[in-house]
Parts: sequence; C-alpha cells; structure tokens
Amino acid sequence: MYRYDEFDHAFVNERVAQFRDQAARRLSGELTEEEFRPHRLMNGLYLQLHAYMLRVAIPYGTLSSRQMRKLAHIARRYDRGYGHFTTRQNIQYNWPALEDVPDILAELAEVEMHAIQTSGNCIRNVTADQFSGVAADEIEDPRIYAEIIRQWSSLHPEFSFLPRKFKIAVTGAAEDRAAVAFHDIGLRIVRDGNGEGDGEVGFEVIVGGGQGRTPMIGKTIRPFLPKEHLLSYLEAILRVYNLLGRRDNLFKARIKILVHEVGAAAFTGMVEEEWEQLKGGPVELPKGELERILAYFAPPAYERLPAVTPAFEAKKFEDRAFARWAEVNLFPHKQPGYAVVNLSLKPEGEPPGDATAAQMDAIADLADRYSLSEIRVTHEQNLVLPYVRQADLHALWQELVPLGLATANIGRVTDIIACPGLDYCSLANARSIPVAQQITRRFNDLTRIHDIDELKIKISGCINACGHHHVGHIGILGVDKKGEEFYQITLGGDATQTAAIGAIIGPAFSAAEVVDAVETLVNTYVDLREPGERFLDTYRRVGPAPFKEKLYATH
Amino acid sequence: MPQQVLTANRLSDGAVVFLDAEGRWSERIAAARVAEKADAQALTNAGEATAAEVVAPYLIDVTLEAEGPRPLRYRERIRAFGPSIHPEFAK
Amino acid sequence: MPLIKGGALSDDDWVSVGDDEPLPADRPVIVPLKRWQAERDALGGRNAAMGVRLESADKAEAIAADLGRLALVAIAFPTFRDGRGFSTARLLRERYGFKGELRAVGNVFRDQFLFMHRCGFDAYEVADAREAEAFAAALASFSVVYQRTGDGRVPATALRQLRRAAE
Repeated sequence: MYRYDEFDHAFVNERVAQFRDQAARRLSGELTEEEFRPHRLMNGLYLQLHAYMLRVAIPYGTLSSRQMRKLAHIARRYDRGYGHFTTRQNIQYNWPALEDVPDILAELAEVEMHAIQTSGNCIRNVTADQFSGVAADEIEDPRIYAEIIRQWSSLHPEFSFLPRKFKIAVTGAAEDRAAVAFHDIGLRIVRDGNGEGDGEVGFEVIVGGGQGRTPMIGKTIRPFLPKEHLLSYLEAILRVYNLLGRRDNLFKARIKILVHEVGAAAFTGMVEEEWEQLKGGPVELPKGELERILAYFAPPAYERLPAVTPAFEAKKFEDRAFARWAEVNLFPHKQPGYAVVNLSLKPEGEPPGDATAAQMDAIADLADRYSLSEIRVTHEQNLVLPYVRQADLHALWQELVPLGLATANIGRVTDIIACPGLDYCSLANARSIPVAQQITRRFNDLTRIHDIDELKIKISGCINACGHHHVGHIGILGVDKKGEEFYQITLGGDATQTAAIGAIIGPAFSAAEVVDAVETLVNTYVDLREPGERFLDTYRRVGPAPFKEKLYATH
Repeated sequence: MPQQVLTANRLSDGAVVFLDAEGRWSERIAAARVAEKADAQALTNAGEATAAEVVAPYLIDVTLEAEGPRPLRYRERIRAFGPSIHPEFAK
Repeated sequence: MPLIKGGALSDDDWVSVGDDEPLPADRPVIVPLKRWQAERDALGGRNAAMGVRLESADKAEAIAADLGRLALVAIAFPTFRDGRGFSTARLLRERYGFKGELRAVGNVFRDQFLFMHRCGFDAYEVADAREAEAFAAALASFSVVYQRTGDGRVPATALRQLRRAAE
C-alpha cells in the first residue's frame, strides 16, 4: 500500500497545525461558529445530535495494522471505545471533544492518516473496490489511480468551494464492487477496443450518478480515456462543474443535476472543449510519478502454493460451522492457495458497521499474523483481510468467532447497510439502526440466512440516503409521519454494473410493522423463485405486483 | 400552552446542554429552566450571557413530568436522553 | 475597505463606480462588467487605467479579448461558499494571460488567501485590517502543494521526479 514520503508527511502535519490554530481561534471566541464551520467541515468534524462527529479518511478503504491500532487507540482515549465504518470506506467517531481534535489529528498524522476533506463542498475520499489487487477479474488495481486522485484533490486551490460535495469512485474489474454508477464521477478501468485482449488500459468515465433526494445513474461521457490524461480530464470536469453547478439551491447543487439539466451530450461537449485546452498540459501526472505510485501496489511476496489446499478442504468437511462460514464469507483470490476473508461487522442485534476498540486491536493482530498486515474497509460497512493463506483459514476463523467477527452472513439478509439515523444524525427523520437490529434478530437462523442467499437490505434514516437505500435489493427509508417513525420500502435497487434505482412498493409501514413487511417480502421471494435466482433476479422476472399483493394483503 | 427550555451543544466538547435556573449550561434536562412559550424570549436572553460557551442555542417544546421536563419531539428526546441503541450512554 | 497587496495593507488608488455614476477623471476606475461591455469604446479612451468587476456568475471569456486594455480585474466572492471566482481567476491568468492586478473582493477570509494566491490573485479586499497580519502566515502555511497552477510553485509530484533524476 502507499507510504508517505517527506512531502506527504509535511503536508498532513501542516494541516494539523492549521486546524490547531483555527480551533484555538474558535474556542477563544475570535472566530464565530459561522466563520469556523467551513474549516471544521473540511477537517471532517461535524456537529451532530449529541456531540461532535469526526470522520477519518481511510483512502480507498486500505489500512495497515499499525493504522488500525491507532484507530483503536483514538476510540479508547478520545471517544467511547468504538468506531463506525461508513458507506464510503471511512471511519466515524461519535463523541470527540473539539478541544481534543487537534491532538487526534496529530496522532493520525503519525500513522499517515488524516480527516482532510471528509466533509465540506470539496472532493471527498476516493473509494475503490474492496478487493483491489486480489480479485481475479481485475484489469488493474484501481487504488493506484485512487491514490493519484487523492493527492491531486488534496487542498486543490480551485476546487475547495464547489457547489456541493464531490464523490469519486474507481473500479478495476468487470464486476463493479465500488458502485461507480452512483458517484459524481465513476471511473471504470477498461481496455481500449472493446476489451478484447491486448487493448491499451484506460478509463470509462461516468458522470452524474448519485443518490439522495434525486437518485440518478451516471452517464458515460467518455467510453475510453487514456491513463496519462486522467488528471487533465478530471480537472476539465471539475472546472465545468465549479463554474456551472447550481448555487441557488443546496438540494439541486450536485453535478448530477447539472448533467440532467443541460443534458449529457451538451455536458460532455463542455467538458471535452475544456479538456482540449488542458490535455497534455502541466496538470498531467509526470510519468515517473505513475510508476512510483504503481510500485506501492505491486503484489506482495506471495508463497508459491497449490490452488487447492487439502487441509482446508478437510476442515470444511469436519467442521460444519467452519464450512458455512467459508461458503459465504470468502472471496476467490487471484493467487493460488490464498483467500480473501470478509469480516462481518453485522452480528445479530448489533449496530451495523460498528467495531469496538478491542475488536480493532484484535483485527490488527490478526492482520499481522494472517494477512501481511493489511486490512480493507468495504462500502457495505464490513472489513476484509485480503492476503490469507487457505491453510490458515480454519485457525483464523477460530480466532474470529469469540471476537464476534465471524457471522457467516456476507451479502446475505442480515448483512445490512444502515446509516446512523436519528440516534445520531441531526439530519435524520427516523431511526435506522434499531430496524437493522430487529431484522438481524428476526433472521437469526443461519440455515435460513443461507437459504435466502444474496439479499442486500439498505436502510436510510432520511432522504439524504447515506444508507444507500436507493440501491438496496430491499431499500428502507425512514420518514416522519406526524411525529412518528414510518418506513417506506423500495425494491429492485442495484449498485453494481447492472445499476438500478429501487422503486417504491406502496404506502409506508410503521416501526412496529416494518420487520414483518421485510419477512413477507423474503417469504414471497422464496415461494416464487426459480433455481439459481437471487431475490433481485426473481423481482426482475416477476415484477413488483406479487410482492405488493402479499405486502398489503391485510392492509 | 407548551412549556419550553433552551438547549444547545457545548462548544468545547459538543455535549447537549440546557440552560438552568442559574443561567448556566447543564447536561441534565431535569435541571433546565422552564418557561411558558409566551415568555420564551426571557430564556433566550438569559442564554446570551454565556452564549460563547455553546453553539446554536434554540428553544424546544417540553411537557413537565415528575422527573423533569420531557421534550415533545422524539428527536429532542434522543438528544436529551441519549441514543436509543446505546443505553450505556443514556443520561 | 482595507486592501492587501504585495503581502501587506496597501493604499488603494482605484475607485469603484456603479452602472450609472459618472467616472472621476484621471483616476483609475473599476466598472461593472455590463458597463464595460456597453461603453467599451468610450472607456478605452480614458486617461487613466481601467478595471472591470466580475460578479461570481460572470465568465472569464466575457473579457478575454479585452485584457490588453485592462490594468485590473476584480472578482467577487459574495459568500464564503461561492467558489466560482477561483476558476475564473485561473482562466484569466493561465488561459488568457492576464498580467494586471487580479483582486478578490467580497467575503475574503484569511483561510482562503493561499487558495486565492495559487489561483492567481494578487490583491485582496478584506473586511478587517487585522487579516493582513495573517496574510504572510497564511501563504506560508503549506510547504507542500499537490497541484500545478500558475503561481509557479512546483508540486510534490514533480519535486519527486526532480529528486529521482538527481539520484
């Protein structure tokens, strides 16, 4: 993974010093809240319902064990002993004191971390496929480009006061695990010439996707962009957006609205016209720099192992519980004899995506012993150990179980994404975490969970959709109906390359009814499915009518 | 006629606080100074003396229970008493 | 309003006039864009320097062809959030080669000085003269930048290559 050089170290340390000064001026009263707020936000510090909330960046979801230990330490020393992993691969702390934040940022800087631009109307954390570098279907590691974009976007003097926040995602494989179609800019690594064999590697550029109040699927504005022009093209897009994005209405200020209002063709024309002036110019990344960063993402020194590990196969045979976990929580590794291990942060009854300081420390240890000291954070609020030898899987699993990190539910009905909701967030209309907890209790039987197979439930506590409900196979949106919490259900959302926005199925359900409603939907699917069909496939085949009928039968 | 209390977040640590009878900011809603809605301006004025300690004070509607003021809005109850999912952080 | 120029508080020779006010003779004046566009030829014959004020929605292209006749362009920042002026400034400096004074006016805070400077501004109208004290520190707050702009600073990405070449 990328390691800071003295330039990167100097940069984050200077940023810490700058914020220390800004915070001091606020605490002394020299700055009003209104004057301080933009600085607070550009350092990822929100003021929420109960307290401040600090969002720490985990660039493209990659962490070293040393960094994970520091995150654990911060949770213990400055917060209430836990952290929350988010839908943009970051971590959030819910209880830091403003007085402590400069020290927190200084501690983060020691391990090459920061909270720069995790909020505010600027370019946010660049996210990437959580299986980058280890997935067999990958053309190139998208994190190389995510790192290049991270540096280029850090305190960019022209783009720090955009109309609204700006989110970029990069994916490197045919299967899109980074939801690029739902980002302001999505970059898909492709081969030129229809992807046959040896074409030059570059990017498909997708612009104007997003969720929130007006969910939209991004439009491809350039099917192939040569690698060497990545930064000039991004600069062209951002400049067009900065100048023309709406500034009159906060809810209409994302780039998706601009693309929609002027039309994709006209928008593309403006970008291409600006790009003509920038292409090949001083903004481009020097070739040597691409090579330098590429080297950090070279494959690790794998052992030469056979593709099949008899000991692993035997253990699955002997240990049923282990077999069930292996069936669902592993992802195929491109290196023979290795596996990608998903750590579920969705145990029964717990807030999704939370980890205690003790768990974080334990994960750091496990990463050191089993995964070449590297961990990934997924946008579905789970963690990954990317370099585990198959021969070690059983031993690893045995250590995960008592830590509560071995729930065999990845991608299944109880692997729920939920935003913090009304329990934490000042924007929310309803609570989301309790709904997730109740669903995990209702579906707590592993046999049933596995029988239901892949089902992605996503819950948002308000229309800002931080829980990504629009792209849930089942989406749940919390609303306020006359002071009471109600939940609107959408069906058929899809965040992958077969992108789709979920459709509202009917009137909202009360807090008491919503879990029954989810169970009705699941049962309907089980009744109607054909062999090999997931929930989403059945829904696409039969449409909403059968689900609607069962859902509202007794209403 | 609803009663009101003045609430804010403390600047230094973000904690939810309520203006008490002594004009200080308390973490406990039970200690909050209560005013009739019609007299709520007095609350706002009283808060001004120590406004530098807090961020964005605002008035909320409450009912008076045995244990003290109870916010009418669910959102404000969560603020006053803590997140529903972490009873260990309850106040 | 206090003006920062050349790194410190400075006298301001310029007079800003609105759409209809008469222009003071022999003084450098700043006129709104619309007025410049309407009276361009007449204004060109003045004995003193001309400046144009762009609002945040005004485009650099609107005066690109006139830059040879302008000694100053002022770009407005009506609110802290409105960052259009940063792009407009870069285009004027880097695309259209403007060599005169590029002045940021409106809501200018010390924490924007470095960004503005990097985008090509060299004069700043501030609400409070004390902001001038912070100016030098603001410009020096980061020894490392990651982007190339017209300000001549070499970004880290390039410095690394220079260092590699030297090894």
